[in-house]
This record gives sequence, C-alpha cells and structure tokens, in this order.
Amino acid sequence: MHEIVTLVVNRDVRPVGVPSHYTLLEALRYGLGLTGTKQGCDKGDCGACTVLLDGEPVLSCLTPVWEAEGREVRTVEGLAGPGRLHPLQDAFDVCGAAQCGFCTPGILMSAVALLERNPNPTRQEIREALAGNLCRCTGYTKILDAVELAAARIAEAAGASGSASAGGQGGRPGEAVAAGARAPEGPDTAGEREGGA
Amino acid sequence: MKVEEFREKQAAAAVPEAELATLVEREFSTIGRRLRKVDGADKVTGRALYTDDIALPGMLHGKILRSPHPHARILSIDTSAAEALPGVHAVITGRDMPVQYGIIPWTRDEEPLCVDRVRYVGDAVAAVAAVDEDTAIRALDLIRVEYEPLPAYLDPESALAGDAVPIHEPKRPGRNGNVTKHVRLEFGEVDRLMAESEVVIEGEYFFEGTTHTPIEPHCAIGYYDPSGKLTVWSATQVPHYLHRELARVLDLDVARVRVVQPAVGGGFGGKSEPFDLEFCVALLSMRTGRPVKILYTREEVFYAHRGRHPMKMRCRLGADRSGRILAVDHRTLIDGGAYASFGLVTTYYSGQLLTAPYAFGSYRFDSTRVYTNKPACGPKRGHGSVQPRFAFEVQLDKLAEALGMDPIELRRRNFLGSGTRTVNELRITSNGFLACLDAVERASGWKERFRKLPYGRGLGVAGSCYISGTNYPIYPNEMPQSAVQIQIERSGRVTVLSGASDIGQGSNSVVAYIVSEELGVPLEYVRVHAADTDLTPVDLGAYSSRETFMVGNACIDAARKLADQVKAAVAEAWEVPASRVALAGGWAFDSADTARKMPISEAFNLAEARFGTLGAVGWYNTPKDIHGEYRGGTIGASPAYSFTAHVAEVSVDVETGFVTVEKIWIAHDCGRALNPVLVEGQMEGSAYMGFAEALMEQQIFKTAEQGREGLHNGPSLLDYRIPTSLDTPELESLIIESVDPEGPYGAKEAGEGPLHPSIPAIANAIFDAVGVRMDSLPFSPPRVWKALQDGSARERWEAARRTGARVSLSRATSPVRA
Repeated sequence: MHEIVTLVVNRDVRPVGVPSHYTLLEALRYGLGLTGTKQGCDKGDCGACTVLLDGEPVLSCLTPVWEAEGREVRTVEGLAGPGRLHPLQDAFDVCGAAQCGFCTPGILMSAVALLERNPNPTRQEIREALAGNLCRCTGYTKILDAVELAAARIAEAAGASGSASAGGQGGRPGEAVAAGARAPEGPDTAGEREGGA
Repeated sequence: MKVEEFREKQAAAAVPEAELATLVEREFSTIGRRLRKVDGADKVTGRALYTDDIALPGMLHGKILRSPHPHARILSIDTSAAEALPGVHAVITGRDMPVQYGIIPWTRDEEPLCVDRVRYVGDAVAAVAAVDEDTAIRALDLIRVEYEPLPAYLDPESALAGDAVPIHEPKRPGRNGNVTKHVRLEFGEVDRLMAESEVVIEGEYFFEGTTHTPIEPHCAIGYYDPSGKLTVWSATQVPHYLHRELARVLDLDVARVRVVQPAVGGGFGGKSEPFDLEFCVALLSMRTGRPVKILYTREEVFYAHRGRHPMKMRCRLGADRSGRILAVDHRTLIDGGAYASFGLVTTYYSGQLLTAPYAFGSYRFDSTRVYTNKPACGPKRGHGSVQPRFAFEVQLDKLAEALGMDPIELRRRNFLGSGTRTVNELRITSNGFLACLDAVERASGWKERFRKLPYGRGLGVAGSCYISGTNYPIYPNEMPQSAVQIQIERSGRVTVLSGASDIGQGSNSVVAYIVSEELGVPLEYVRVHAADTDLTPVDLGAYSSRETFMVGNACIDAARKLADQVKAAVAEAWEVPASRVALAGGWAFDSADTARKMPISEAFNLAEARFGTLGAVGWYNTPKDIHGEYRGGTIGASPAYSFTAHVAEVSVDVETGFVTVEKIWIAHDCGRALNPVLVEGQMEGSAYMGFAEALMEQQIFKTAEQGREGLHNGPSLLDYRIPTSLDTPELESLIIESVDPEGPYGAKEAGEGPLHPSIPAIANAIFDAVGVRMDSLPFSPPRVWKALQDGSARERWEAARRTGARVSLSRATSPVRA
C-alpha cells in the first residue's frame, strides 16, 4: 500500500508517495532524496536520524511518516544559508567535531534545538542534550567544544545586532576564530586565517 | 576577465606582503596549523555522500539469508518459491560462487555464501535481489534450507578438545583443524633470567571481546554494465584488496573491475577486508543487469564483527630489585571466531608489539588462535596488541607496588631509548616516550596526588607503543605501498588523485595541507579525489595506522617534483638561483627580497610554458631490509613507532562497584602534528574507545544453557553499550613531537596508539582508589563489587599507601603471586 503524504520540509511543501509503513527517515531519504539525515541503527538507539519536528528533536527512524504530516520538519539540509554555514555547522568544522561525519547531521539537529531553547548552556547541559546521539569517532570532546563556540558566537552576534535569534546567523568560512573554545587555541592560531572550508 | 584582473583578484586574497618575511623565517607555512578539513563543509551540511546515499537508476535491493545455527551442514537449499515471488529478480547461493576468499592470501577460508557448512549464527547462506527491500525480505522467508546441526564450540578450550569436530578441515592431515595459528618465539635466555630475577610477578588476565560499531552500517552497490565492466561502491577501508578479491572470486579480469569508496562513516578496522555483501551485489548485478544495493541492518553489523579477539593471557614478569625488566614470558589463548580474517597477523601482534617502549632483558611469547562458532574476530583499532598491553601494564603496576616504587619512575628506568632495536629486532627511530611520561605526570598532578587521594579515588598510569604502517604488504610484492598523482591547472588550482582511504581520520586533508605547503597554494585551491581504482593510483588502505605516514610521504615526493619545476622557471625569469625562490601563501617570491613576488598562478604559467603541462606522480615504499632474521620477524616491523602515556583518574562507588572515570590525560608522541586538531581528535577518540572497552563493552554470545546457542547477547546499540556524551570522561590531549626521520615532516601515527594505555591506566587507578586488582575486562559494577567483597582489599589499599617509595626487600626477594 502506497499513499501520498504531504510533508513540510525546510519550508518546502513536498507531497511524497511512500509505502504506508514508511518512517519519516525513509520518506526523507528514499522518497525526497534528502540523504543528509542518516540511518545508523533503524531502531532509535543511535540518534543519527535526528530531525526537528515543530522545533523538537525526534528520531525520524521511529516516527511514522504520517505523524509528520502537516508539521514542520527541519533537517540538516535546512541549516545553512546561501553561501554561509549555520554557526553550529561552522563551529563543528573549525573545531574538528566531525570526523567520519556520519553522526554529525543528527548531532547538529539536537544542538540546534538546545541552543534555540537555551542559548547559553553549560558543558553539562550540552552533554545532556546530546546524550541521545552516539558518536564513535571523537570521544565527544570536540563536539562539546564546538557547541560552546557556536553559543558564544551567536551570543556575540546577537549582542552586536541587538537580536537574540539563535538560528540562521551564518558563520563565514574562512573567518578568524573566536577566543574561548579550546580547539582553535594554540600558539599560531589567534587571528589566523582558517582555510580549506 | 583579463588575466591581469584575475591575478589582482588572487593577489588580494593571498597572504599580505608584510607577512612574507615571517613565512621565510618559519619552518612551515601550512603544516602544524590548526586548520579545517577539506571535506568539513560537506560533512556538516549533510552533502557528503556515503554509500547508502547513492541511488542509481533502476537499482534493485538485495538481502542476505543468514544461518540460525552456530554450526551445521547445509543439506539442501530450495530457492524456487523465492524466485517465483513477483518482484524478485535473482536468487543466489554458495554454489554460484564457490571460491574461498580472505584478506590474508595464505588463510583464505571464507565463501561469500556458505557452500556446505555454516560456522556461526549469522553466516551467509543465500541472497536475493528484488524491486524493493520489502520484497527482498519476503523472498528470504520463502527460501527453504535444510540443515544438519553439528556440535558448536563457543570457547577455545572446547574447540581444542580431542573429540571436537573441526570447524575447518585441517590444512594438513593429523593437525587440529581448530587451531588457526600457533606462534612461539623466544629472544634471549628467558628461563635463566626469570630464575635470577629478584621479583617475579605472575598474573592471569582476560580481555573480553569488543566490536567496532561505526555509526554507518556496511553498505555496497554493484553494477555490472553491458560492456562487461563491474563497478562496486562500498563502505570499505581497503578498496585495493577488495578490487583484487572481487576479480578473483567472480573470475573477472581485474582490469575490468572498478572499486569506488564513497565517504565512509567510520571503520576502526571493522571494514578492512572484503565482506559477503560486496560479492553478493556484484553477482546479483551480473545476474540481473541492474545496479543492486545491500545495506546491513545494525544486527548484521554485529554479526559481521571482525572485532577485538577475546584473549586469555598468563603472564610472568621478572625484574631485579632496581626494577629493571629481566624476563617477560606470556602465554596467550586467542578466541578467533569462525574464520581466519587477519588472525595470522593478530597472533603475531599479540606478542611482537609488546617489546617497546621498555627494554626487555629477554622475552618469550606463545600465542594460539583457535576457531570457534562465533562471528570472526579481526583487527580493531590497536590490532592484536591492546589485550597484551593491558596485561603487561598492570603487571608493571604490580611490580612497582612490590618494589615500593613510583610506577612512572619504574617505567622511566626501563626506557628503551631512540635509534635502537627491541629485543625482537624491531627498529626504533624516534622515541618520545619519556616526554610523554613527563607530560602526564605534570598535567595530572601525579606527584602530589598518587597514593594520596582519599579512599575511593585514584590515579593510574600506563604506556604503549604502536606501528605507523607495516613494512610488508599483505600480499608479497615490491611495488610502492602508497601513491598520488598531482595535476596543476592554469588558474592555480591543484588536483590530487590520492589512493588513500579517508574514513574520517582526515587523510584527504593531510594530502591537501602537504600540497599547500610544498606548492604555496591556498588550501581552497586544492581538490582531492581519493580511493577510486579507476582514477587514483594504488594505496593499500586505511589499516595499521599507515595513511598519513605513507600517503604523506608519497605526496611530498610528487609535490616537490612540481615545486622544483616552478622554482626553476621563476628563477630563470628573475635571474636568481632557484634556491632563493619560495612558494608560500599564494605567492612565488624571492626569499632574499620579499618585495619581488608574483601570484602563484603566474608562476605555474611560467613553469607550464617552460616545461609543458604540469603533473607528477609520487610514491612511498617502506624499508624492506629492516626486520628480525627469524620466521615472523617481518611482522611488527614498521618504518616508525608512536609512543603514548596516559594517566587516568577514577572514583569508585564502594557500595555498588560503579567506576567513574573522571579524566584521562593523554600524551602521545606523533612525531610531528601536521594539523594538531586532527591529532587531538585521534587521541581523544582513541582514549574514549579504550575507556569504553575498560568499563562497558562486551561482544558476547548466548550459551546452550541460555537457550539460543551462539546468538549475540544484544546486537543493538542499546544493549551493546557504547558511551554517550554523559558517560565519556573529560579527555585532555598533550601532543609530543619527536620529529621522526622516516615520517612526512617527521610525523608518525596517531590513530591507534593512544587507545592502548586507557585500559590498564584505568585498572591501575582502580587499585589506587580501592586496593583491588581488576585483571578481567570489563570493569563492570558486578565485577568490581565482587572484588571489593574480598575483606583484605581495604588492607591492601592501606598497605600500598604505607609503602610509599620505600623498597620492601622482604617482599621483593620472594616471588610475588598476583
């Protein structure tokens, strides 16, 4: 049995014909070709499939597709602005928080939800917010560094512009690294150009 | 745009003239800086394509039928009902490709689909290709397999019993078919020196098996096109070996097979040999003429395994009263699972890699790997040497305790040194181990806190060494181990075709940093295409910590050939010696007069006019004449060795036996950090993985008494517990640079060495905290709690504190039983 479900993904209205037992993850990946969201376990254990549903992080592999109908779905593909990364994406890149990168989209979505709820989290609060996302490469250290760095930069940008919005303020690839996060420190980094993005 | 305008634009983006003088003074312009990865933006935006993200037109979906028995004969397979199901395009069984394969050419013992025998629950029996996954799953249910169950052996002791049915037919009549490999090597007079030792520490240790669990499950796509060319995309760490084995098993011309490695979502050794799915997608595509994809379920990943071997180790360590190591004697029983995998190498590594960073007066090891009816074990990060390293570093801690000596001081006294040979004739070049010990001692506040923390809290230390690749490839040949090809385009863009496998560790980025360093181009100008056997020269793959070392050297080789041409052309134009021309920061400039400069693209154009189209290949081959002159002496031989020391701090809840690791200080001698961010990432990831094995992880299987013999105890990421962000301790990386003469800019490995000391450092910290010795892994609450019930634990804890740094000869003169 196939049926047509209308999803609102990253503000696009997308009718998609899928088998009726499909999960939101399958509809995104195999129906809409949005392969940024990953499948690591297909049973809700690893968090690689995390997306935002009406702003709340959910495991898309456990979400029947029809449960998402008419609600706002946000995936990793919706984070970056034109020619610029979301501050969290940029901080993950600068800090080396993405090694193999497979858990990264899910972790980014959990982190986006955290910073939208709590723009100035402690390290322990970040650990708690990411506890449903398994990473096997990093030992989490650089991920925690990256979320801290992004929060600091967003706060800085909000202070400068008088806006408190957490989303969409793009970090520019190649910009100098802000002080405060552990990873970008070092004898020859302060103010240095960062390449390769 | 006119050329001048284009050059002005590039010049405006290049390093300002004022900084060029500093670049001349600095040793490097790019190397050693904290830079982004070349694929970082792709990974944080979800654009990076992993194998399962690829969908080809007309693609079918495959599924593999797996054995429910741990050991059985296949009597018959009836696929007719499956074949008749609408939507099914092909069904294959073992009889369709009855060729044995294996990563080690001397121990090929696997069939892509079992022909007449299954050897573990999960062994592959048949495969289908269907229009979609649901149909493929329904088709599997329609395949009828008749089995005759055989006795199953879930531990090496029962597999070795006299009446055990051989899991594989013995290679030679009269041999026990369940012994995969036995190695016994002796260096120096072990028995004499052990007898002369003033202290002898004896212990028995058990290392439970663990598995890799990369977050990306294995996935492969095969397409056999109408011209007769086979292409396989696979989440593999070893495209080159897969390329060879596909051709051999399917009887194809290897020149008409292409292997492409898309982005790989982690490996850790779990994807470093061919797997059933890669052969199945290839044959299913040959049968159907359409692309076929197979994606493992998470459960299948646990059964594919190839993880850490369970090892039982009986260890003796003899020393004089000053702490000098006179004799080391290890006897190890290795549970190999159902197939050989890398087991021949594992068996050697279980002994060969223990002989640094400490000097041994004499050494003997006797290791036996045994087949059992469980998923095959293989290489997991720190292949073969994590288990004996755990045992040995705990032995050292016991020795220090017996001598009343500080365990860091004991390790210093036994330091092997640099520019030397080990007792088993491994050549050691650089060795920064002492600096590693100093760094963790200082950072952890060791002198003020060791043996001084309150009951329940403790510190422990451990050290290790590891290889930077192997001198000898898996199949014997004299050709280079790694190669790149570099092309320069007129705009200044540089393309590198790199054979190396970037599985997240960053080898593509390392290649780009090197090109930027040698040719002076901004990193944004470098494009790296990697690991596609149609496009890139050969590299042997991401295993044994070889990529940065080998592809790095290959890339320097190629880039310098081109830099020489560019410098010669510019020197000619400026009428100065070529040695004065520097390439850095987007410029070619005169190092004696930095005002004289031109954008790098202009320099490239001069060189292209002078020498023709700019391109070069570069390669690296290992030293082939440096190894021990004994059978097995080549295994463990590496061009360079990394060294590591950890201090772990733990607290132990005495009521529950729950161990919390508060922090691990990691000091690692990586030779030179080409990008410290990536090196730290490897150190932290390694320490995390060791911590996980120490406290949480167990790849175990149900026994007959538990009802389902050979079934995995919990093949999910919920039941097989890997640490979350809340479980993982604080990790502090301390990079030590010894600048190795063999490595690229002096670099050595960083991806595997820093895992080893986590486990013994935690074990030793538990002793410091509560006075119990944890000689079996993992240190889970029930085990620690049980150890704490021994009434003398508290006394031992108090005694260790009283002893301090005083040598207790009354204990040291008689052998101490641990």
